[in-house]
Amino acid sequence: MTKTITLSHGNGGAENQALIHDIFWKHLGNEILDRGEDAALLPTLKNPAMTTDSFTVSPLFFPGGDIGKLSICGTCNDLAMIGAAPKYLTLSVIIEEGFEARKLERIVRSMKKELATNDALVVSGDTKVVPKGTVDGLFINTTGIGEVQAPGIGVRSIQEGDAIIVSRDIGRHGATIFVSREGLEMESALQSDCASLWPQVASLLDAGVRPHALRDATRGGLAAVLNEWAAANELCIEIEEGAIPVSEEVRGICEMLGFEPTALANEGTFVMALDPAEVPLALEILEAFPGCESAALIGTVTTSHPGRVVLESAWGTRRFLELPTGELLPRIC
Amino acid sequence: MGSGKLELKNLYDDFRDPATIKALSRLIHAEAAKLNREIRIMEVCGGHTHTIMKYGLKQLMPANICFIHGPGCPVCIMPKERIDHAYILAMQEDVILVTLGDMIKVPGSKGSLQDARSRGADVRFVYSPLDTIKIAQDNPDKRVIFFAIGFETTTPMTAAMIARAEKLGLDNLLVHVNHVTVPEVMRELIDSRDEHIDSYNNRIDAFIGPSHVSVIAGAKIYEEFPQKYGRPVVVSGFEPVDVMEGVLMLVRQFVQDRCELEIQYRRSVTMEGNLAAQKQIEHYFEKRPLFKWRGLGNIPNSALKLREEYAHIDAEVIYRDILPIEEIEDHKLCICGDILRGMAEPTECQVFGTACTPQKPLGSCMVSSEGACAAYYKYGDLLK
Repeated sequence: MTKTITLSHGNGGAENQALIHDIFWKHLGNEILDRGEDAALLPTLKNPAMTTDSFTVSPLFFPGGDIGKLSICGTCNDLAMIGAAPKYLTLSVIIEEGFEARKLERIVRSMKKELATNDALVVSGDTKVVPKGTVDGLFINTTGIGEVQAPGIGVRSIQEGDAIIVSRDIGRHGATIFVSREGLEMESALQSDCASLWPQVASLLDAGVRPHALRDATRGGLAAVLNEWAAANELCIEIEEGAIPVSEEVRGICEMLGFEPTALANEGTFVMALDPAEVPLALEILEAFPGCESAALIGTVTTSHPGRVVLESAWGTRRFLELPTGELLPRIC
Repeated sequence: MGSGKLELKNLYDDFRDPATIKALSRLIHAEAAKLNREIRIMEVCGGHTHTIMKYGLKQLMPANICFIHGPGCPVCIMPKERIDHAYILAMQEDVILVTLGDMIKVPGSKGSLQDARSRGADVRFVYSPLDTIKIAQDNPDKRVIFFAIGFETTTPMTAAMIARAEKLGLDNLLVHVNHVTVPEVMRELIDSRDEHIDSYNNRIDAFIGPSHVSVIAGAKIYEEFPQKYGRPVVVSGFEPVDVMEGVLMLVRQFVQDRCELEIQYRRSVTMEGNLAAQKQIEHYFEKRPLFKWRGLGNIPNSALKLREEYAHIDAEVIYRDILPIEEIEDHKLCICGDILRGMAEPTECQVFGTACTPQKPLGSCMVSSEGACAAYYKYGDLLK
């Protein structure tokens, strides 16, 4: 392989083959991909589920992850959130001319690691190389197919009386990307929460927890998930503000920049609505995962203000939690 | 323990302590019960409005203590004429317009700076005016115009930026000055006259003064209000405990029949303020004879402009041929002026939350998250 990716690597000829073999197949190869056909032949799946996502994060490498890890987590997490075990992924990469081959390999290596966590395979792929300046380094699309393990998980299953749990402290990804962007000279030990969620969901399901709904709190953060849930069911979600786990670092950054942790993006944090009787077991399982020590019960589903999310402060005042608006930060995932 | 290391959380944790907030609420209730009248307190600054709404402090007040939300949000009070200036400057070839992030979505008559950017303008947002220096250094072939906004709090940063640019010999950095000052607008609010019934009918009994302004300008700028206008002032910090304590101090003044200027925010505010900063402001800026405040109209001496010696960096002078000076009327249905005078609540406006929302604001109070209408819209106003 040459040191940088050139337009000839996207020509469909020898250089293109070299790129695919030396970087993608080398790390992602498996029985289905290795056949090298135009389309992957898949075994029959029971209750298949499918999702797709594109990734354009800037910077490509950030504390706690990179665009490769993100592109696998993002799609696998969307499957996990309806109770599906991720199985097969397609991978499309659009590379800017002049991109360093070494960096590309680093990105593919983190994909490999994350695929293993999900026990999933890349079974089909595509690469394009475009002239300098037409993309910012690298854009990735992944599409995933999974197998639903527990039917009935979804927004419509949320009921009055449900408990609301958040799987860990919120806002890390958004805050990390903000701090690592150029121009903001800030020292911080903060890391993105970027992580695969299927292992946590699988453990919950294995232990007999039956979530009514799951949602990873990506763009729009916790505030967006809660508002979407409340609006979809014409129910009220009442949240105890003091119970929402937020790390000191994230809280500090929010103080300085005037953000709300509830509006910041996450890439490895999910919200769960479930029968209150299952809360102790669910928390016990979540807390055993590294990073999820702060998993917490934060609220309840009621009928008091249909379609709205209400935050209650530690001193007893109440206010609405609105959907985040405006341009907070583009290209975070 | 005992390492003495100061962490960021030390700066706010104690000031949001639930037990302290509840205790202050009980004290305010007890004191207010001794009064047989209503006290209407204007928090001048948008930062206070935000704190009051975000932390639900209104809900902790007895029935006879109410807040009137003041005009202290530099983005909200910016008239369309000035936003049009920013827009026109941004659309010039070879210009990079730099301003603070709050300005991004404020609509002028031609659109917002966000719109200008989508139409090809180079608009950049910074957290500190000093970041503009680097942009000017990195783009020597462009004219970098800093659109300066804010009260006494941010003026020193603009002055510091100009001083730094002078020292570096930067010749491609211009400034468009929209700095405004607090006491003049407070005076205007007290003196304001309702044309329809021809009487002075503002309903402000007391003021909570913004502490950050006084860190720079000193608490002295408020002395005239108790002395000349019979309105007590307490200069307060921005955390919930600060605001609650400020209210308690005001209520006690009424109970004890005092009318004074007091400082709640003793951790940074002095009577004199930051004299070095005041001197630097004086060096570059002078009073503008008239400045139009959105929702309130023209207020004499309520803003600053660059001194004539600095005409060579004054974008208003250099681009005077293309910057319009005609007045633009505020929206007819908007009652921001009345809200700012304490004569109406945001929810009394017929376009509140319908034609006028934070995404598409018609009036000044809906523009920034520190505006009264935007704070009501965002946080609602739930009952206890």
